[in-house]
Amino acid sequence: MNLVLKGARVIDPSQKIDAPMNILIKDGKIAELGDNTDKAKRDNGSEQTKTIDVKNMIVTPGLIDMHVHLREPGFEYKETIASGCAAAVAGGFTSIACMPNTKPVNDNRSITEFIRRKAAEANLANVYPIGAISMGAEGKILTEFWDMKDAGIVAFSDDGRPLMDAALMRRALEYAHSLELPIIQHCEDTNLSAGGLMHEGYYSTILGLRGIPSLAEETMIARDILIAEYTDTKVHIAHVSTAGAVRLIREAKKRRIKITAETAPHYFTLTDESLQNYDTNLKVNPPLRSAADVAAIKEGLADGTIDALACDHAPHARTDKEVEFEYAANGISGLETSLALSLALVHEGVLAWRELIEKMSTNPARILNLSKGALVPGADADITVIDPQVKWKVSVKDFRSRGKNSPFDGRALQGRAVLTIVGGEIKYCAPSFKL
Amino acid sequence: MKFDKKDILGMKDLSVEEINLILETAESFLEISTREIKKVPTLRGKTIINLFYEASTRTRTSFEIAGKRLSADTINISASTSSVVKGETLIDTARNLEAMHPDIIVIRHSAAGAPHLLASLVKQSIINAGDGAHEHPTQALLDMMTIKEKKGRLKGLKIAIVGDIAHSRVARSNIYGLTKMGAEVLLAGPATMLPRDIDQMGVKVFNKIEDAIDGADVVMMLRIQLEREKQNIFPSLREYAQRYCLNRKNIALAKKDVIVMHPGPLNRGVEISPDIADDPSYSVILDQVNNGVAVRMALLYLLGGGHE
Repeated sequence: MNLVLKGARVIDPSQKIDAPMNILIKDGKIAELGDNTDKAKRDNGSEQTKTIDVKNMIVTPGLIDMHVHLREPGFEYKETIASGCAAAVAGGFTSIACMPNTKPVNDNRSITEFIRRKAAEANLANVYPIGAISMGAEGKILTEFWDMKDAGIVAFSDDGRPLMDAALMRRALEYAHSLELPIIQHCEDTNLSAGGLMHEGYYSTILGLRGIPSLAEETMIARDILIAEYTDTKVHIAHVSTAGAVRLIREAKKRRIKITAETAPHYFTLTDESLQNYDTNLKVNPPLRSAADVAAIKEGLADGTIDALACDHAPHARTDKEVEFEYAANGISGLETSLALSLALVHEGVLAWRELIEKMSTNPARILNLSKGALVPGADADITVIDPQVKWKVSVKDFRSRGKNSPFDGRALQGRAVLTIVGGEIKYCAPSFKL
Repeated sequence: MKFDKKDILGMKDLSVEEINLILETAESFLEISTREIKKVPTLRGKTIINLFYEASTRTRTSFEIAGKRLSADTINISASTSSVVKGETLIDTARNLEAMHPDIIVIRHSAAGAPHLLASLVKQSIINAGDGAHEHPTQALLDMMTIKEKKGRLKGLKIAIVGDIAHSRVARSNIYGLTKMGAEVLLAGPATMLPRDIDQMGVKVFNKIEDAIDGADVVMMLRIQLEREKQNIFPSLREYAQRYCLNRKNIALAKKDVIVMHPGPLNRGVEISPDIADDPSYSVILDQVNNGVAVRMALLYLLGGGHE
């Protein structure tokens, strides 16, 4: 069946489009963009074509979240690939890249193939696995990069177990560079952060919780910038959370070092002040930082220092969170709130619409070398339809994700995805939206 | 004044009026412990559970005696390991205890915030008997009672707290309590023992013990946890004792009538020299212990409904 999306404001930063247009989708691909799709529809009179009125909506290339945790294999009680993909499309994401910290770790072809098979069975969002840099993510022996690339890996990362060994980081960057795949680094000097539970500052002091200094993030970013510069390779910095990190990345970009960076909605929405009730849903790594850091993250987003928005979707079961703060797992189930929280940046005037879509689609596609993020004829019809006005309240009970661990439960938000189209098929339609 | 707090989780949450009421109530209970029959029927029929996830002699005994002197039934539960290691979560433990209908649960836990978690789960009153490096409100209250007893007031006093502030729940609770009551609090310790932004709690911070105790009315010495040596918080006990031990020489900098306090247990010769600890003209360490029972009686009484 063919689809016509009619009457929306189409924003595609990759083509500098921001105009009212109709979109014709044929055979799972974008067929035509313009104001003449009615004609196209008539020309194809023999085929079934459904027209969807998307007046007052914003239509964008399918959103891409380049940093999620799908937990399968190994932690299916927290999330499965199917439930994670359901959460993704409900949040407006047509593509997601999943981190390798499963059990076993995604450090070889067979795990990668398993993830891709499960994703194909789920048949919701496109899933791009990220492979581990080192065997078991233990930071010792490199994984088989080429073999995993052949199996479908789009990047390498040891994620929550950052490469403390600078020599190994150098080798990983050099070797990945020869495959033209990026290395994604969770920047945390684990000697400096050892035992830490929250951002180190006034609030960690009064709460008696051991602090994670911003220094832990920044020293490793500084080191990785130097290694990337020396080896002339690409490095991507995951979930930037501190003012110093933004400064370092901004300076590195000025010096033309091939560095890209992402941040997550909680790092520009919440501060460490909110931890005063020891709410474990606010426990995340890197930790929620100070108000000054939040301001710097917004500046970094506005001036382009931070390229991408990725929610670091980290679903957990109740049992992982309903314990003493010290023992609680890190992470926020973020896919279903990420877009609305990021839209607040547009409402606040931090980002223009075009910039928001760049950070949620165009740039992640570019960083991961995906042929996505552009509404060009012939491309897969991955499209997100956003209602920018609708006001709604977050309710974790309604999450499609198995992880109900969200500090945003009950929060009033504005704007959400109402239609998520993947490969020309409607994979999600908000209850409020009439097809 | 009516006391309507459900829980005593920290000094941060108590108002000046509430602190005064607790201290006055405690002062009135002091006498009971001097009677031949050290028991009043006030909390007869009430059940108090002392749930201790961390080793304690002084605090647990003090709570038990306080409960017994008020005729409550007190039960002690000691978990040598954390709830997670033991396999039962704090939440499950709490629900099981709740099903046995106690009236007050006293909890000590190595994890900061554990009493807050417990308080959010059960309808019983919770008293924090020390949670990680967060708060130890009953210790601060007994310290304040002791200072008031010796100095007649808290307002305007210069009070030095010396040692490992970063890991000390006693320091945090005293900072909250004492600054609220109008005392001036001065901290001293090497930078490795002073947590970040501690000055924002309204205290003065020094690296030399001499600077903090100069002209002090009260000097509170904190226990050095010996295992911290391995974490490079300080190079050696020898060096620490040379620089931070309260002794005859540096105490001369304080006011003539200075009192010396310590939450115990003492590391004699490390943070405090034995001749200061044992000198009754300075040391009020055993008065602290005595007042500890009275303060805990007061809290059990106020929370147990005896006040109504």
